[in-house]
Amino acid sequence: MTAPFPAPATMNDAAEMSGAQIIVQALVDLGVDTVFGYPGGAVLPIYDALFEHPQITHILVRHEQAAAHAAEGYARSTGKPGVVLVTSGPGATNAVTGITDALMDSIPMVVLTGQVPTTLIGTDAFQECDTVGITRHCTKHNYLVMDPARLGPVIHEAFHIATHGRPGPVVIDIPKNVQVATAPYIVPEQIEHRSYRPQVEPDSEAIASALALIASARQPIFYTGGGVINAGPEASTLLRELVELTGAPVTSTLMGLGAFPASDEKWLGMLGMHGTYEANMAMNRADLIIAVGARFDDRVTGRLDAFSPHSKKIHIDIDRSSINKIVAADVSVVGDAGRSLAALVAGWKAAGHTRKDLGEWWRRIEGWRATRCLDFPEDKAPEAEIMPQRAVKALYEATRHLDPIITTEVGQHQMWAAQHFGFEEPNRWLTSGGLGTMGYGFPAANGAQVAFPDRLVICIAGEASLQMNIQEMGTCAQYRLPVKIFILNNEWMGMVRQWQELTYESRYSNSYSDSLPDFVKLAEAYGWTGLKVDRLGDLDATIKTMIETPGPVMVDCRVAKLANCFPMIPSGAAHTDMLLQAAEVTGTMDDEAKALV
Amino acid sequence: MKITQQKAERHVLAVTVDNEAGILARIAGLFSARGYNIESLTVADISADHALSRITIVTSGPPAVIDQIIAQLDRLVPVHSVIDLTETGAHVERELALVKVAGTGEKRIEALRMADVFRAKVVDTTLTSFVFEITGTSDKVDSFIALMRECGLVEVGRTGVVAIGRGSEGG
Repeated sequence: MTAPFPAPATMNDAAEMSGAQIIVQALVDLGVDTVFGYPGGAVLPIYDALFEHPQITHILVRHEQAAAHAAEGYARSTGKPGVVLVTSGPGATNAVTGITDALMDSIPMVVLTGQVPTTLIGTDAFQECDTVGITRHCTKHNYLVMDPARLGPVIHEAFHIATHGRPGPVVIDIPKNVQVATAPYIVPEQIEHRSYRPQVEPDSEAIASALALIASARQPIFYTGGGVINAGPEASTLLRELVELTGAPVTSTLMGLGAFPASDEKWLGMLGMHGTYEANMAMNRADLIIAVGARFDDRVTGRLDAFSPHSKKIHIDIDRSSINKIVAADVSVVGDAGRSLAALVAGWKAAGHTRKDLGEWWRRIEGWRATRCLDFPEDKAPEAEIMPQRAVKALYEATRHLDPIITTEVGQHQMWAAQHFGFEEPNRWLTSGGLGTMGYGFPAANGAQVAFPDRLVICIAGEASLQMNIQEMGTCAQYRLPVKIFILNNEWMGMVRQWQELTYESRYSNSYSDSLPDFVKLAEAYGWTGLKVDRLGDLDATIKTMIETPGPVMVDCRVAKLANCFPMIPSGAAHTDMLLQAAEVTGTMDDEAKALV
Repeated sequence: MKITQQKAERHVLAVTVDNEAGILARIAGLFSARGYNIESLTVADISADHALSRITIVTSGPPAVIDQIIAQLDRLVPVHSVIDLTETGAHVERELALVKVAGTGEKRIEALRMADVFRAKVVDTTLTSFVFEITGTSDKVDSFIALMRECGLVEVGRTGVVAIGRGSEGG
């Protein structure tokens, strides 16, 4: 092994660099401006190389899981890949939850992990773990680089894979001696991969078949997902254009919020378990579903044999394995959501299709809308307790003109945010959909705030989820990230408690958030501003203070403790069996329903 | 509550992959992670420059699951192609087994006689044992091994199925 960096490359081969220098140079060449990480023994050479490259900002997190979530927040808000740097062993294993989260939600991410020297691999060395083995199933692809000359090609290829096709996380495991040894930095000439060539352009015949179905549908509905967001802002623009051309209603998954403006009259709200009545009823009664970049997740479909029984399905997805996985498609379009929408828009115009009279369909939808399913019972007196839904609505009204980026943790507050916070544009809504990771929202907010230092970034949190990565308050303080955390504090793991109420006759087994910290004092301990509000009459003023206070702010918003999130499709039920209000709750479920998550 | 299962059908898949470390774990792991069946799996390097391997997988599942298996395999980064030989038409399947039989007298003679019927080759012998090499479909190998159980079967090693499409076209 050669001397540690910054020992110069040997005189007779000046082109050689240390592995660590190659890594950092490759990141610079790939346009990486931010790395989220945490140092440790097996990545010290890379950290030393970073020291010499001020063009890369390193954000020091307080736990590696938060590095991965912060990178997700950065990626989701910018559309660029997030980059993570962690050490071997516990550094890598701590990052696994965030990596899995990125896989489930198709977030482009490259994770560099240190590894023990190649000579010690397999000996149970200090801080050794089988990182490629552990991450094989939670990454889109992963590498163990045993030769410093391979670092250049592998890093360039990893970014290509993370960002092309269906995006996802890629792990590069780099033994410490590979970081220290020298080699030439090889930049691959072509980034076209030997075997990985995702189909981006949709098949024209499939597009023609899709257009024929859309043009003749009487009860069509667009069902859009995170794929539209991942395809870039132009995909959202094209979606809006296609919706305008066809006059069809739009619903979206949790991951797809913002692709279509919530203020548009054709927007039906989110669908699925906590979706709106009108969205779910329209899906059930539709004669055509146009699924774009969505994957018919079990949270969306409810009981499968009752899912939209009378409709034809067009399924547009960049991942062929998403098509026909859950629901059989009548027309499959494999391709990028944006390119596919562009082809549909162009095809619609070229064929001279005109908007069908969907008046009857819209009249039925208006009937479902008239249930006003998102209304909630509320005492409006100033001294009344705050309903969590009201808190989200108040936050929305107070901040919408500021075009904020909203992140959430996971649970009731997440669903209330999805229901009551309106999104007009993509990349403003960062939430953990597939994996449902408590502890995602706060570090994701930090990642977004790093990318957009001047934007208003708010993490809508639950008091339970927030505690899963609350150590990141230190990260915010260190980098002066003015993140606002708005805690809907009901002293319960609210969604768990709700399910226990609905499914287990209110036997609240271990779902009470006991021994909570004083969040205001905690905020102050980290040099933040802490605010607390527990009366409806003070809600707006507190939110205003939160927005106007520079630097990070934590709001402990005490809300009604036992509020439930409705509407709700109970597990194992059909879209048409929505619970709209608490009075309909039966308190128990059969085993078939209990077996579903 | 009872857990119900759908009817399965058997498919033979030929998967061409980069010949790199961990590829087998990636493929086998995909099957275990997603709950797919592997009846047999064989793998070997097939290109002159040792860059590619061919994996033959015999799997079973309902048609929709088979479709998923193919799509899931196909999206793995090091996978070049996935061919469902059962779907694409006529193909040849072969398996090789080494079968060790020990015994003397009539049983030993009977073993040799049946090996002849099955066109199994003797690849090793002692005064009290034979090792037969048999090649054929899995059914044929199964039948031969079943007969050998009656003649002092000691040990069996099987390769699992390798398969290739009939005709002049490549996969």
